[in-house]
Amino acid sequence: MKQSRKERTIVILTITPSVVAVGVFVYGFIAWSIRVSLSDWIGIRPDYTFAGLKNFISLFKSVRFLIDIYNNIFFTILFLAICVGGGLFLAILLDQFIKGEGIFRTVYLFPLAISPVVSAVVWKWIFSPKVGVNVLLTNLLSKIGIERTVEFGWYTSTASFGPFNIALIPIIIAASWGFVGYVMAMYLAALRGIPAELKEAARVDGASEFKIYMKVILPLLKPITLSALIILGHISLKMFDLVYVMTGRGPGFVTDFPSIFMYETTFAANKFSQGAAISLVMLLMVAVVIIPYLTMSLRRET
Amino acid sequence: MKKILILLLTATFVISLIFMGVGCKEKVSGEVEIFSWWTAGGEAEGLQAMIDIFEEKYPDVEFINATVAGGAGFEAKPVLVSRMTGGDPPDSFQVHAGHELIDTWGVGDYLEPVNFIFEEEGWYDVYPEDMISILSMGDDILSVPVNIHRSNVLWYNKAVFEDNGIEAPTTFDEFFAAADVLEAAGITPLALGDTGIWAAVHLFENVLLGVVGSDDYIDLMDGSVRWDSDEVKEAIQTFVDLLDHVNDDHSALGWDEAAQYVIDGTAATTVMGDWAHGYFMAKGLTPGVEYGYVPSPGTAGNFMALSDTFCLPADAPNRDAAIAWLKICGSKEGQDAFNPIKGSIPSRTDADISLYDVYLKSAIDDFGVDIITPSIAHGAAVSETWSAAIGDVITLLVADKDVDAAADAFQAAADENL
Repeated sequence: MKQSRKERTIVILTITPSVVAVGVFVYGFIAWSIRVSLSDWIGIRPDYTFAGLKNFISLFKSVRFLIDIYNNIFFTILFLAICVGGGLFLAILLDQFIKGEGIFRTVYLFPLAISPVVSAVVWKWIFSPKVGVNVLLTNLLSKIGIERTVEFGWYTSTASFGPFNIALIPIIIAASWGFVGYVMAMYLAALRGIPAELKEAARVDGASEFKIYMKVILPLLKPITLSALIILGHISLKMFDLVYVMTGRGPGFVTDFPSIFMYETTFAANKFSQGAAISLVMLLMVAVVIIPYLTMSLRRET
Repeated sequence: MKKILILLLTATFVISLIFMGVGCKEKVSGEVEIFSWWTAGGEAEGLQAMIDIFEEKYPDVEFINATVAGGAGFEAKPVLVSRMTGGDPPDSFQVHAGHELIDTWGVGDYLEPVNFIFEEEGWYDVYPEDMISILSMGDDILSVPVNIHRSNVLWYNKAVFEDNGIEAPTTFDEFFAAADVLEAAGITPLALGDTGIWAAVHLFENVLLGVVGSDDYIDLMDGSVRWDSDEVKEAIQTFVDLLDHVNDDHSALGWDEAAQYVIDGTAATTVMGDWAHGYFMAKGLTPGVEYGYVPSPGTAGNFMALSDTFCLPADAPNRDAAIAWLKICGSKEGQDAFNPIKGSIPSRTDADISLYDVYLKSAIDDFGVDIITPSIAHGAAVSETWSAAIGDVITLLVADKDVDAAADAFQAAADENL
């Protein structure tokens, strides 16, 4: 197939602006961040004096950064598990062709449309130690005659299982609430795409409904699960707005994330070089998730 | 035809020149955007009082009150840094006098010196020399101070103290003794609201001053006293002991919510700067009646000071209007409108004392005789980089209460920033 000259010009003309924009605003700034991260820039005026890997070395020696990494790992694992598990569960329920399906679908999807800052403020109140669920629990228990003695600190708690801070739980709940509907929508679309004949055939062969889901439907949903994991994974590694508004760093950094560390280091402590180093480590973490996915999907296309 | 046109053009030109002359003389128009973090009760009303004066004097200028909530500017400062470095400066912004002003903005060469305003308005005669020196880099005065705050104050609920038969504590021993009595009565001895950690830094610096004394406190800031010395460790230990007597939801609250606990009587005291005074008054309380005040334990005779100032960014989009604003900030009229409401004392020596209430009068008197010590949490004593490092150490300290680790980390932060 030979392209005419005119076609080729059009192709080049239409692609060039986005290539230039991505080149400058994505790759250009990544390169610039690398330069800053290797510099000695402290204070507001740029200072590109070469400082080697100093910023990265001090970063990995920093207690705060270590806590941040643990926090982010635990947050990611639980956030993904709840979103994917919950999303699948909701999608299967909705796929039973129930009445008012449209209403339920909208209700589950709504949290995604709410600004994370707004929902963070509400969740902050819900899990505040002296109001919200704590009061609710106390009142409910006293109604049935139990005097409650244990007060949950929720996101102010400094207790932990090993390196896992339990103060993260309210944040995980808030974040999952926002995204579970999104995963549900993905699964629901996929479920609707599965031909009815497959289920029929399984039924004819005498498979139970449970077995049909386990052996026929779930394997067919694998690509969706993978996409959901990738999308949510990179969201959770970059999580900032929700956590910053809801709790901030927390006592003893129990709810601190690399993104918050990066923001405060850069713009509150004015250590731009260190901030750039943190953002590059975050970029690497996201790349670990995204690149295998991209290569895989590219290979599939060719 | 051509001649008429030229005539017309010349006429318009001359007329507009005349009007321009008139306009330049008095009128400032357009808009002015003033950036601050004054949103809580007291401080917001104080700012509004100054805005009212501005709007009365310059009715043609649209005043844009750009505030970002959060005490001590913890949330506002990052927003400001990204705006300034991104080339979108406000016309004037709030900045603490001292290292925050000089190390961050002065050294960065982002500000236009305001010496000319001081000369025009005759302010060299009415501002104390010490005040001008903490605003200056070399000979350049970088900002206009609106107030002075005292930050080493222990505020207490008088009714709670009377009911439990307690006198206002002046030493830590007295405080801990009082704390036992209060806890037995089911009252939190000390309210703390340290979300974003600065209020814990604020408490710590007052404990530090109370334990090591003003000489060593000031020497800590230039490295001539070590941060891992025994006396600093004693201060850290005292701070950790105090944490046993604070409300357990402290990390979920702001300073104003902690002050509310004192108003409600669920907590007896809080250590806060005198913007808490503004907050109490905004809630309709009277100083000396519902609430009392003493220097925080061990700090009598010391005045932990910070000053809010407004500066002139070098590339302010509406320079004339910004200068008009700064003239109000530094004027007697502006300060006497702002400070009695905000709960701070004027930075000028000629303020009208009769406007100030009983607490502020006592603060004005103390400022004249006490030893002035600069605040860490509020940008006066150390650079923002160092102050942030201290904040990180205290964030860990409030959770793990490891005194030796904190002392070592403080020393490491000092080594890095000196």
